[in-house]
Amino acid sequence: MNLTLKIWRQKDANSKGQMTDYKVSEISEHMSFLEMMDVLNEQIINKGEEPVAFDHDCREGICGMCSMYINGEAHGPDRGVTTCQLHMRMFKDGDTITIEPWKAAAFPVVKDLVVDRSAFDRIQHAGGYISVNTSGNTQDANSIPIAKEAADTAMDAATCIGCGACVATCKNSSAMLFVGAKVSQYALLPQGQVEAADRVKNMVAQMDLEGFGNCTNTGACEVECPKGISLDNIARMNRELMKASI
Amino acid sequence: MALDSKVPQGPIKDKWTDYKNKINLVNPANKRHIDVIVVGTGLAGGSASATLAELGYNVKAFAYQDSPRRAHSIAAQGGINAAKNYQGDGDSTYRLFYDTVKGGDYRSREANVYRLAEVSANIIDQCVAQGVPFARDYGGLLDNRSFGGVLVSRTFYAKGQTGQQLLLGAYSAMNRQIARGKIEMFNRHEMLDVVIVDGKARGIIARNLVTGEIERHSAHAVVIASGGYGNVYFLSTNAMGSNVTAGWKVHKKGAYFANPCYTQIHPTCIPRSGDYQSKLTLMSESLRNDGRIWVPKHLKDVESIRSGKLKPTQLKEEDRDYYLERRYPAFGNLVPRDVASRAAKERCDAGYGVNATGEAVYLDFAASFVRYGTEQAKIQGISNPSEAKIKELGQEIVRAKYGNLFQMYEKIVDENPYETPMMIYPAVHYTMGGVWVDYNLMTTIPGCYAIGEANFSDHGANRLGASALMQGLADGYFVLPYTIGDYLADDIRTGKISTDTPEFEAAEKEVKERIDFFVNNKGTHSVDYYHKKLGKIMWDKCGMSRNAEGLKSAIEEISALRKDFWENVNVPGTDKEYNEQLAKAGRVADFLELGELFAKDALVREESAGGHFREEHQTPEGEAKRLKEFQFVSAWEYKGEPKDAVLHKEELAYENIEVKERSYK
Repeated sequence: MNLTLKIWRQKDANSKGQMTDYKVSEISEHMSFLEMMDVLNEQIINKGEEPVAFDHDCREGICGMCSMYINGEAHGPDRGVTTCQLHMRMFKDGDTITIEPWKAAAFPVVKDLVVDRSAFDRIQHAGGYISVNTSGNTQDANSIPIAKEAADTAMDAATCIGCGACVATCKNSSAMLFVGAKVSQYALLPQGQVEAADRVKNMVAQMDLEGFGNCTNTGACEVECPKGISLDNIARMNRELMKASI
Repeated sequence: MALDSKVPQGPIKDKWTDYKNKINLVNPANKRHIDVIVVGTGLAGGSASATLAELGYNVKAFAYQDSPRRAHSIAAQGGINAAKNYQGDGDSTYRLFYDTVKGGDYRSREANVYRLAEVSANIIDQCVAQGVPFARDYGGLLDNRSFGGVLVSRTFYAKGQTGQQLLLGAYSAMNRQIARGKIEMFNRHEMLDVVIVDGKARGIIARNLVTGEIERHSAHAVVIASGGYGNVYFLSTNAMGSNVTAGWKVHKKGAYFANPCYTQIHPTCIPRSGDYQSKLTLMSESLRNDGRIWVPKHLKDVESIRSGKLKPTQLKEEDRDYYLERRYPAFGNLVPRDVASRAAKERCDAGYGVNATGEAVYLDFAASFVRYGTEQAKIQGISNPSEAKIKELGQEIVRAKYGNLFQMYEKIVDENPYETPMMIYPAVHYTMGGVWVDYNLMTTIPGCYAIGEANFSDHGANRLGASALMQGLADGYFVLPYTIGDYLADDIRTGKISTDTPEFEAAEKEVKERIDFFVNNKGTHSVDYYHKKLGKIMWDKCGMSRNAEGLKSAIEEISALRKDFWENVNVPGTDKEYNEQLAKAGRVADFLELGELFAKDALVREESAGGHFREEHQTPEGEAKRLKEFQFVSAWEYKGEPKDAVLHKEELAYENIEVKERSYK
């Protein structure tokens, strides 16, 4: 198929950016979206121009690097996928596709479609861990049975890949789904109980400090999340915060 | 230099304990004055960074990604081995050791593997304490699954995302130390050289990938934890950025590079679909617990399937060839990866491949749906369940075990694997070869260590499934923190290492000259053009089976391609900005050297062992034929061009395991 691409180009964090049009042809429906971008970049390089910068690494939907806002949706029109798993069969010949970076004050643009998500790391530094030394001298792994349901629910929360689609999608640029998932993983496990109160308070405080917005229960984050992280995690975080505050 | 593996004396089961009792320790007050650089933040680098920082060392950690959590360990799916024997099925430290040495086709170092098996159980305890949500059974205890090449269930898992959960565990331990200021994290940074001062590794030169700035970083020791070099094939299951550069730079400065030709071609990956393909996707080996691998028995059915006239589900049982069950009745679908991959290639080469390219076999779950469904019907008290009900109940169980893998398959291939069998084909996955290290995990450069996939030591010529995660975390959490202390005990009075020295100056100059060359060379071909060409040579001539003629021509072709690269490569943009093409040019330049050494190593190794299959050396049944005279590690010393590399041999002795023919029949 032949496509028109409208892509956000921005030299660096301090420059002004603008949308630029490109044409690509002979795109196979079996290509992934990023392979289509590879074709475009090869074409740009061979013309002696600078290729479009975008984050990507594992290309199998787990590292959380890729982050494109495609036709107004984080990770594009498919559900339950990252940009690297989005395939061109979702588009048709002659389509015009708009490609932008994640847009949020807390995620400044580094270049073109690459943004700085270090705010997510800093929230984790504030409490995203259990304070246990890695000496190996802990108790036997089976000494505390954990109900299967609790372990499975913790796993569902822990499956978050930290891509930031929730923030990019949210009209308030809220990071509550991301933080809620992390808080939930530990809150659901006995090992996480000891520090639960401090953890949620510190992580939420850091989240606010980074300039993320608040949650107004729209639920767009859950819809766009490539890993299907549930809104229940936000509710659980709020309960944990309430418990910690009284 | 003679190779000394420094394996401690004494019975194998006491070596590690005795070693730990006798090494030098650094007191906590002195650790505060010692700096350690860790390059890479996957399972090995992340766990090492966290533990060294907990001990009190000042750690500087480097990742090319935007966060340590994104290192490619995250993509490991199936699980992690540990000799816990929770299932009571006869597992033990010795059995895990035995399986690993046998699985590696008797080409790994006994003492290292025994230590790995010994600390494996601690890893699970540690990870549970960190909040890693491993799968559990209804009684709340940890669940296990089985992997290839073993007869026990010792694999712990977190759905099909075990690597992700273990990495997030290590990342959380790092976060705690980053918050305390004990780890200084350098994201979006790439190591471009190691700096040697008075014969010891004392720092690195790194490039800030956002600003392009070249930086000097000093330390008392340097740890390379940068993963494997599977991307030398261009197409592999590795991440796009995975590269050999850190390992190759230390090789060029004096670290021997061991067994580069030992590559793991993983049997269950999604087949390639076209020339535009940028990477290959793995389908976890755990699927072989419940999936049966087959191709049609008759070529006429292959034709009908390829042309779409016949669906695989319509083919009768007696017309299917479950070739692994046929050839290897004892292990069946759970033979080790090298054996399963070669068997798939054998069937496809004979014309039985089931897709348009002729390079695909089926992985079929229909039998599992029935098996699990029948069991569920019984548990739920459903009498006389219909076939449809049984299938539905069985699919629910399979979905709970592998749901994310089935979803991933459907998104990529656009076929529903619950309704039609998956198509799979082998792909490059893991590299057992790597930087040579002794028992202390130190390279032949004093003070320079290599851990995880970046080193060579534990997997011999073939790695068993679920052992990479085990090795990465064992090295980082439990081995390196002891061995590096023994070395650093001599450095308590050294003081801060200055970066304002001729050694740093010279290394920085070399790095800058290379970057200047790339951005100023107005060539004609993109970096990917060369990378793809290299990948094709490697896959065609250094792939699943190799022969002397092909390897000789690979050496010549790679050498010619490298020359072409250095004349005609085109790198757009400048060096003072975020420039992915520039970063990639440096990585491909190193792959172009490694690829030639790889072929040379494969040519010299005139036997078949594990992932290295020489067509000249096979049994009448087509199995790998190992030779006693090659029972050594090939450790290559850099001497300029890859063709001039000098071979050093570390002879391997097996005192605790009888070296036998490796049979899975």
